[in-house]
Amino acid sequence: MLDAAQAEILWLSLQVALTAVACSLPLALAAAWFLARSRRRGRMVLDALVHLPLVLPPVVTGYLLLVALGRNSPLGAWLDATFGLTFAFHWTGAALAGAVMGFPLMVRPIRLSLEAIDTRVEDAAATLGASPIWVRVTVTLPLALPGIIAGMVLAFARALGEFGATITFAANIPGETRTLPLAIYSFIQVPGGEAQAAQLIAISVAVSLAALVASELIARRVKRLRGAG
Amino acid sequence: MLSLDVEHRLGDFDLAYALDSRERVTGLFGPSGAGKSTLLRLVAGLITPRRGRIEIAGRCVFDSDRGIRVPAHRRRIGYVFQQARLFPHLNVARNLRYGAWFARARPAAARFDRVVDMLDIGALLDRRVAGLSGGEAQRVAIGRALLANPAMLLLDEPLASLDAARKAEVLPYIERLSRESELPIVFVSHQLDEMLRLANRHVVALRDGRVVFSGKSAAFLARPDLLGPEHARDAGTLLRAEIRGTAAHGLSALDCEGQPLFVPRLDQAPGGRVHLHVRARDVMLARSRPEDISALNVLAGRVAAIAQDGDQAVEVTLAIGNQRLAARITRYSAERLALAEGEPLYAVIKSLALAEQAWARLGGL
Repeated sequence: MLDAAQAEILWLSLQVALTAVACSLPLALAAAWFLARSRRRGRMVLDALVHLPLVLPPVVTGYLLLVALGRNSPLGAWLDATFGLTFAFHWTGAALAGAVMGFPLMVRPIRLSLEAIDTRVEDAAATLGASPIWVRVTVTLPLALPGIIAGMVLAFARALGEFGATITFAANIPGETRTLPLAIYSFIQVPGGEAQAAQLIAISVAVSLAALVASELIARRVKRLRGAG
Repeated sequence: MLSLDVEHRLGDFDLAYALDSRERVTGLFGPSGAGKSTLLRLVAGLITPRRGRIEIAGRCVFDSDRGIRVPAHRRRIGYVFQQARLFPHLNVARNLRYGAWFARARPAAARFDRVVDMLDIGALLDRRVAGLSGGEAQRVAIGRALLANPAMLLLDEPLASLDAARKAEVLPYIERLSRESELPIVFVSHQLDEMLRLANRHVVALRDGRVVFSGKSAAFLARPDLLGPEHARDAGTLLRAEIRGTAAHGLSALDCEGQPLFVPRLDQAPGGRVHLHVRARDVMLARSRPEDISALNVLAGRVAAIAQDGDQAVEVTLAIGNQRLAARITRYSAERLALAEGEPLYAVIKSLALAEQAWARLGGL
């Protein structure tokens, strides 16, 4: 059904999007926690920062990433020298661009679900002997799970469809950073590529739908476990 | 069992609590907004007082001078809140076992079964929390607190959020708990009858974030000024009596200092001791033993004290055997009877006046 080139593009796209989601999840949890629970001053600043990728043109975000983490930047050079981590023109760069673009979409539902939790239930857990960390693990996180799942799905979809920041920061290198949207774009650019593009578009639709259905199934299961109906 | 002396600031509200209760069951009484829940939250460690000292069942959990501050999860407090606050993502059985999971010594299976039996929640174990009724949820919450193996149980108006029928469903379980377990209990209520029924030994009264009374419930009942406008009419005496048996017409026969008393039937066996809450305003006085009256209870005694109470009322204290009984009559009546200390007098109490009262069933004040 898929030829080798298509399979490679699909596989690369999934790898990029899943890496983006996995790596941004802990940070998104921390940011959502801070925004939902902390009463400290930095909240406004963090809130603005988190939402920045949502309002900036993706190309601008990509360019800023390039300036900050490109090989010639001090931070980029340091990461390369210390961890062997390069982003620019590398698949990790595509993942980073997807993670940054999906970050606000992931933080928001998690934050909303954290805010919806009755903190008095957490107090009850504390009186039953749960230390603050155990309260988070056994009460807060499970109760926030629907929001966490929703955030992950949104971020995954965003990373899968990311175009502007990726092409600016990681470029359009076949087999390295050419994800589904970039490949579709490339095929449309060449004469006679429409058929190829159409096939990739079909794949793209199928993957997105599958992600939606999977998240719906998980959400239903969570709901059923909770008996909220 | 509970001793504390703390200062706390809540918004613009300065709170200062000092109390020392050595009884196993302590009742915390006061109108809404008096700071009852805040006091419990301080005891449980959910909030930290500005300064002071808190001792629970002989263990110091907070002392600002010595720098002691035991966090909430190490205080071993079983806290039953006004709303059940069950974990919505866990079923009933997992809610019940939640505390045991953190307790150092896990309770034996027998203990789990005993608590489940006592609270009649065996049929609910596999149910989800969302499907429970208010009364069921509150019983599960009590079980959850008990199974965490607490050193003290705090019951924060556990009946307040329930309607009358659910209240009647849960109350017997709490009553059983306060009577049969050995656990120190602090029971909070703004309902006097509930309070006397469950915590009839030591009462702590709060008003505006202060302790205005801490002592025996009998002494508390004699203080209409502390009862508040809502309950001032309930001022009176707790009368000790022993159940003799059931009488005809749906009554129980009681013995009070060798004299018979009849009250609407009690469900306790003969030999059981009860405390009757007798409102001072429900007691009528007579110079001679009245005949041909509907009231069934006539207690012979002597005038122990006469106290003026405002412009119109007089509070007469009778000595009946070793007990005291307060009667509140008009000043005019007192003058007509020409009452004097030491003189014999008869107290007349309608049986039905006792029906509306709380039955305090714990033995010995």
